[in-house]
Amino acid sequence: MLIELTDVRKAFNQGKPNEFWAIQGITTQFEVNRISCLKGASGSGKTTLMSMIGCLSRPTSGRIRLQDRTISSLPERFLTQVRRHTFGFIFQRFNLIPGLSVVENIMLPAYPLGLKASSLRNRADRLLEQFLLADKSDNPVEWLSGGEAQRVAICRALINDPQILIADEPTANLDSRLSREFMALLDELSKSGKTVLISSHDPVVFDSPVVDRVVELEDGVMVAGET
Amino acid sequence: MITILRKQRYFIDYTLGTMMRHKGKSLGLLSVYTMIIFMLASVMLFSHAMRSEAVALLADSPEIIVQRIQAGRSVMVPAEYLQRIGKLRGVTEKRGRLWGYYYDPAVKANYTVMVSEQDNLSINDIVIGAGIARTRGLSVGDYLTLRSHEGKAFSFRVVRLLESESELISSDLLLISSVGYRRLFGIDESYYTDLVLSVRNPREIQKIAEKLTRLLPDSRPILRAEILRTYESLFSWRQGVMLILLLGSVLAFVIFAWDKASGLSAEERKEIGILKAVGWETGEVMRMKFWEGVIISLMAFLIGYLAAYLHVFYTSAGLFEPVLKGWSVLYPSFQLTPSVDGLQLATLFFFTVLPYTLATIVPVWRASITDPDLVMR
Amino acid sequence: MKRSNTFFVCLLVLLTGFIASLVDVAIENGQVLPQAAESAELVSRLGLTDLALFTEARYTRHPSQADIHSAFQDHPVALEHFPTGSLLQPSNGSLP
Repeated sequence: MLIELTDVRKAFNQGKPNEFWAIQGITTQFEVNRISCLKGASGSGKTTLMSMIGCLSRPTSGRIRLQDRTISSLPERFLTQVRRHTFGFIFQRFNLIPGLSVVENIMLPAYPLGLKASSLRNRADRLLEQFLLADKSDNPVEWLSGGEAQRVAICRALINDPQILIADEPTANLDSRLSREFMALLDELSKSGKTVLISSHDPVVFDSPVVDRVVELEDGVMVAGET
Repeated sequence: MITILRKQRYFIDYTLGTMMRHKGKSLGLLSVYTMIIFMLASVMLFSHAMRSEAVALLADSPEIIVQRIQAGRSVMVPAEYLQRIGKLRGVTEKRGRLWGYYYDPAVKANYTVMVSEQDNLSINDIVIGAGIARTRGLSVGDYLTLRSHEGKAFSFRVVRLLESESELISSDLLLISSVGYRRLFGIDESYYTDLVLSVRNPREIQKIAEKLTRLLPDSRPILRAEILRTYESLFSWRQGVMLILLLGSVLAFVIFAWDKASGLSAEERKEIGILKAVGWETGEVMRMKFWEGVIISLMAFLIGYLAAYLHVFYTSAGLFEPVLKGWSVLYPSFQLTPSVDGLQLATLFFFTVLPYTLATIVPVWRASITDPDLVMR
Repeated sequence: MKRSNTFFVCLLVLLTGFIASLVDVAIENGQVLPQAAESAELVSRLGLTDLALFTEARYTRHPSQADIHSAFQDHPVALEHFPTGSLLQPSNGSLP
């Protein structure tokens, strides 16, 4: 057991007339070295759940444990620390920073660590090599194709060598061939020891043979996928 | 320690990268900012240098000048006033000065006509300042014709030019013999323009001035201290046109900079979200933005100051010439001795670099304390 | 790191210029110029009282000799007519 959720709830605009409970009591676990998928229509609460697991936000009530640490009650400063070292994020729209080159985008999460420039650059180059982007390293990110941008996003997620990768609708901007390639990359990463958490409503993802477990969400509650 | 420095270097790298994304906008901002600092620094350097130059030059000006006021206007002083003053304790020398103005319609310029005894000029000789020589195209041996008070034309021969190094005080001077002066303006032997008293001990000046007003009730003594004070307050910050022009441009810039620095675009907001999502702390995002503010304002400050320095001291403040010239025809060409007031420089620094940097940080702080899951939505 | 290097080089150049300007001030003020002596001699010989900077009007040519007590007589705080008048201020002592 790696990630444990206990009766997690999340409300937006709490106490106002437009109060809205995005997550209404979820209790589950995600295991190490697996690829788990959160499935559900948009608005089902999967992104909200992912952002809470990834320490981007805190649950309104309930508890999230990471290994033997309760992260749901940590103050923001520590959340950032946990996020920086434990999680790598791949976003739906890739969220690369325009104006910077490919390699700079990849090194971005490591900037606050103040590593030696040469060792950081080496690490980035190795990732670029691994994801077949070596020849693009100094190109601005605006020049990349969708598939390349996705691979850059993966590289960026991996630069701090996190244990857990969180991918939010990663295939939404890819065609089905690129989506399948992406799943293959995730499989490789999982085999190399990473834990992967994906949210998606794309059949290419949740029907993929590489996904070990699918959790289905609907209106903020789990409807299928109990272990 | 090294880690911290390296971190700052990464932040600088990053912020330069994002600034280069809108190259035109960033460079435009930098150049407008530089221009403002250039203007402010030029005014500052020029007025400071001019003040110290004036005070240094006029350090030897007469201790006391006595004017005569009649019916509320200053008029010629009768020569017998010199006798009426008599022997005053502390006064080492007293003499009458003869000077006035001559308007030359040929070039529409005002000359300051002054009698010089030491030059031993004959009645037809004059010595002219470099400004007059330049304006009228005169050199030694040439003749300058002036119209006397009776309308008769007098031709004077230029026997010497005043050194052009002293132009700041002598540019428009026309030195003439006292006979020539009296003939030209129709002033008889019994009058002077004003009286000059030399006093050895500066502490006695005030006392002597009081005695003078008692002896000569219709006189008005002007002390050297007042002359120097006039020039110490030359171009003080409160003054006229410059202030209004600068204030206008500074305000315009403040509005512009505030808008640019404080109004976070959706793009920047998203960028901050991404940075926070990939693991930057709020403080780190702010430090990165802090560097953006520092880079722009520090560069603008240094470039603006250096340009102003060159402008004021190596091109004789050429841009200010039209303002200083006003409607006058004669304008001295001069080279100011470089001088910089540290306090003024520091003030300029704090009033330009700090506010801009703050204006960049504050809104980022507001944006970056929001939840980082913004980017996921 | 390339960009920050460029920036540091620029900064270094500018700071050098900044320091050079201060050194320039120190050097220029250190030497006694012959023309300063000439000007000083002229000032004391003729009893000059003002700079020949603004030659357009009497009160701007000789601001220290201008008169505040006489109504309608020229003075730097009279209703302004000449442009340079706005750059000059009468000595504090002569103001009410």
